[in-house]
Formats: sequence, structure tokens, C-alpha cells
Amino acid sequence: MMEIGLSHFLVVSTIVFLAGMFCVLTRRNAIGILMGVELILNSANLNYLAFARYSSVGYDGQMFAIFVIMLAAAEAAIGLAIVLGIYQTFHTIDVEATDTLRL
Amino acid sequence: MTEISLFPIVFYLLAAVTVVSALGVAFSNNIFYSAIALMGALLGTAGLYVMLAADFLAVVQIFVYVGGILVLTLFAINLTSRIGDVSISNRSIGRLPSLLMLGLVGTVMVRAVLGGGWNLVDVPEAEPTIATIGNGFLTDYILPFELASLVLLAALVGAVVLSRKELKEERG
Repeated sequence: MMEIGLSHFLVVSTIVFLAGMFCVLTRRNAIGILMGVELILNSANLNYLAFARYSSVGYDGQMFAIFVIMLAAAEAAIGLAIVLGIYQTFHTIDVEATDTLRL
Repeated sequence: MTEISLFPIVFYLLAAVTVVSALGVAFSNNIFYSAIALMGALLGTAGLYVMLAADFLAVVQIFVYVGGILVLTLFAINLTSRIGDVSISNRSIGRLPSLLMLGLVGTVMVRAVLGGGWNLVDVPEAEPTIATIGNGFLTDYILPFELASLVLLAALVGAVVLSRKELKEERG
């Protein structure tokens, strides 16, 4: 069996990224879009850790990944609060219904 | 060389869980199933973190993502009751244009992955990373670390403010 190397992890993270991007592009549901963003952040983290392990950059990748997780937590809290606010105002979370600012 | 290494087997297992769950998040029509699939993707990624010798990151991933963000997402799904309607979770720009765009982005990414040219080193023995990360937080990364606490405080206050407003509107 082939030895597992850097490119294996990169392929997995590429697929996860593309799935997240598809999620963001096609969902009209605001929470679905947020979940796609979580997937994208996860794939970025996987890349950080893979390079931290297999290349000569040391543990910097792990530190970056921690900060990414921290920002993702803040983003999810604020994002979901905004989604709930949109739901209270528009009684839907379809992102195409929230066009009050559009001319 | 009859020794069967466990590493590739576990890797392919975790990779399969991650990829299948990620695709489930993307293609499921029911938002609730998407959230459950997201849990699979996050847990699979945490397993891959362990395989990359990032034990602390894996635990943080499970605590913050599965224990925090995912529960928050499920709460939000349940609080916005009409979210289950199929008409709400249908497509915005359609599958074909987005698949086209994904194909473009994916081609670039696959070329980058296959291109290689990275400065690879021999993989060192896996050892606990907590001490290194803790030292890093208090030396090289002290400024981002302190800024992170400010960002989290701002997010905390912001989330409270955003939810308070709704309560007032409901009452008045």
C-alpha cells in the first residue's frame, strides 16, 4: 500500500473545500451557507496542519489553526445571532428575501 | 515486508468519513441532515488532526466545533421553525453554474496539489504538542493571543446585543 504523505491530506482538504464552496454557492438557507463556511475553514485548517507536519515550517501551522478555530467560533456565534435576527424581522432565513437594502 | 501498517488503513477510513460527510453537507436537501453530516465531517477532521500529530488541535476541534458551533447550529435550526420547508433550502444559482465554477477552482487546486515543489522534511516522531503551543502563546504569539481575547469579548457582547434587540421588539 502506498505510503501516506502530504498530498493525501491535501486531496482530502481539497474535496472538503469544494464541498463547502458548493454549499455556499447553492444554498439560499442562511444557516446552510454558514455550514459551508465552516467546511471551508476546516479544510484550511487541515492544510495548515498537514504542512506543519510534513514541511519544515515547524509548529507555526498549528498556532494558525488554533486562531482559525477561535475566529470560526466567534463567526458562528455572531452569524447565527444575525440569522436569528433576520428570522425575527423577515420570518424567513431565505437570503434572497432579505433585500431591503437593495434598490 | 509483510508488516501491515495501520496508518494507511486508519487514514483512508477517516478520509472516507470526512469526504462522505462533507459531500452530505453539500448535497443533502434537508438542513437538519446537513447539520448531522457536518458533525461527521468535523469528527473525521479531528481524527485526521490526530494522524498529523496535532493532539491538542484535535481536542480543541471536538470541544469548539462539535461541542460549541454544531450545537449552536442545531439550536438555530430548531429556533427557525420554517427552515424545514423544502422551498427555503432550494438552489440560488442552480447546480450547473456552481458545478462549472467548482470545476474551474478544483482544476486550479488539483494542479497546485500535484505540482508539488514543497520543502518537505522527514516526518519527526509524533510527540505531545501542548507544551510547545503553550510556550508559543506566551512568547512568539502573545499579540495575536491577546487580540484573540478581545475578539472573543467583542463577539460575546455582539451576540448578546443582537439577541437583546429581538426581545425588545417582541415585547413592544
